[in-house]
Amino acid sequence: MRYIAVFILALIFWLLITFRFTVPNLIAGSLAALICSAIFARYYFHNVYKFLQPHRYLWFCVYLFFFGWACIKANFDVAYRVLHPRMPIKPGIVRVKTTLRSEFAKTLLANSITMTPGTITVDVIGDDFYVHWIYVESEDPEVYTKMITGKFEKYIKRFAE
Amino acid sequence: MTDLLTILLFLQIALSVACLYRIIRGPTIPDRMVGIDIFGILVVGICAIISIQTEKSFILDIGIAWIILSFIGTLTLAKYLSGKKLNE
Amino acid sequence: MITIILICIGVLFNIFGCVGLIRLPDVYNRLQAATKCVTLGCCSILLGVVFHYGLSDAGFKALFAIPILFFSATVAAHALIRGAYHFGTKLGEKSVKDDYKEVVK
Repeated sequence: MRYIAVFILALIFWLLITFRFTVPNLIAGSLAALICSAIFARYYFHNVYKFLQPHRYLWFCVYLFFFGWACIKANFDVAYRVLHPRMPIKPGIVRVKTTLRSEFAKTLLANSITMTPGTITVDVIGDDFYVHWIYVESEDPEVYTKMITGKFEKYIKRFAE
Repeated sequence: MTDLLTILLFLQIALSVACLYRIIRGPTIPDRMVGIDIFGILVVGICAIISIQTEKSFILDIGIAWIILSFIGTLTLAKYLSGKKLNE
Repeated sequence: MITIILICIGVLFNIFGCVGLIRLPDVYNRLQAATKCVTLGCCSILLGVVFHYGLSDAGFKALFAIPILFFSATVAAHALIRGAYHFGTKLGEKSVKDDYKEVVK
């Protein structure tokens, strides 16, 4: 089942990259997709049926919108810290707990943390994220867990768990 | 429009020179590697601007290939930094 | 016209990122400023390319380059910052907190 999913995704990717719908191109693409799915499909998609539930796509669009806004905010934050003459930084590494379970969701959350204002993920061990924060605003674990992961966790949980 | 694109292209190349400054002067080895990583991303922007200026779309292929090669190179360097063998 | 505006915004973000790469004091802060600003700047330039070519093969190539660039840049940043910590680089002297020290012997 998961071999078929990887095969279809690879074929769509090939067709959009080459952008020619002729028969030789289709044959070459399906050959390449077959090789790719035979080698790499065992690492992906432990539950393929998630692709068939339409409400996940809706929440993915909401997440994408929210994430783009956070990215733009992150850029202006960095610009403020860099162009300020005294550079208001107070860096530190904090530990953040997450409630997500699957590997894919954890990877997505780590990437989101990296692109949001002032934080970058250093390491993930079990349920703990170690996050480098450019301006440590509070010392209380509950407060900074809510500040760092709370915004994204609830959207990611809806479409990736 | 073409003049403005040329100015932007030269600005982007000047930024890559700034990365070269960090690569040459970086006090420690991780500093130099950060410079290499950022340089690899900036080249993709240069490829995109050249592709608009000359109206040739194959330069975007060079850009995509450059992203993937620079990604693999950075991963290898990071593996070397953390002191492991490459097959671990 | 929208192409030119998006490319200008992208180059502006790249300038912020490179100023951060030169001015900030230690590896972690440099990596943070540079990887955020430069990745979003190059994504903005590629979005400008998408609007320039429209729905053709080059447009789709540029559109697919955006997620590839995003994921490769963020994963490279994780790998690099983790490698720098294991290499033994100290946090800068302005740092206030280090929870990761107990995990790494």
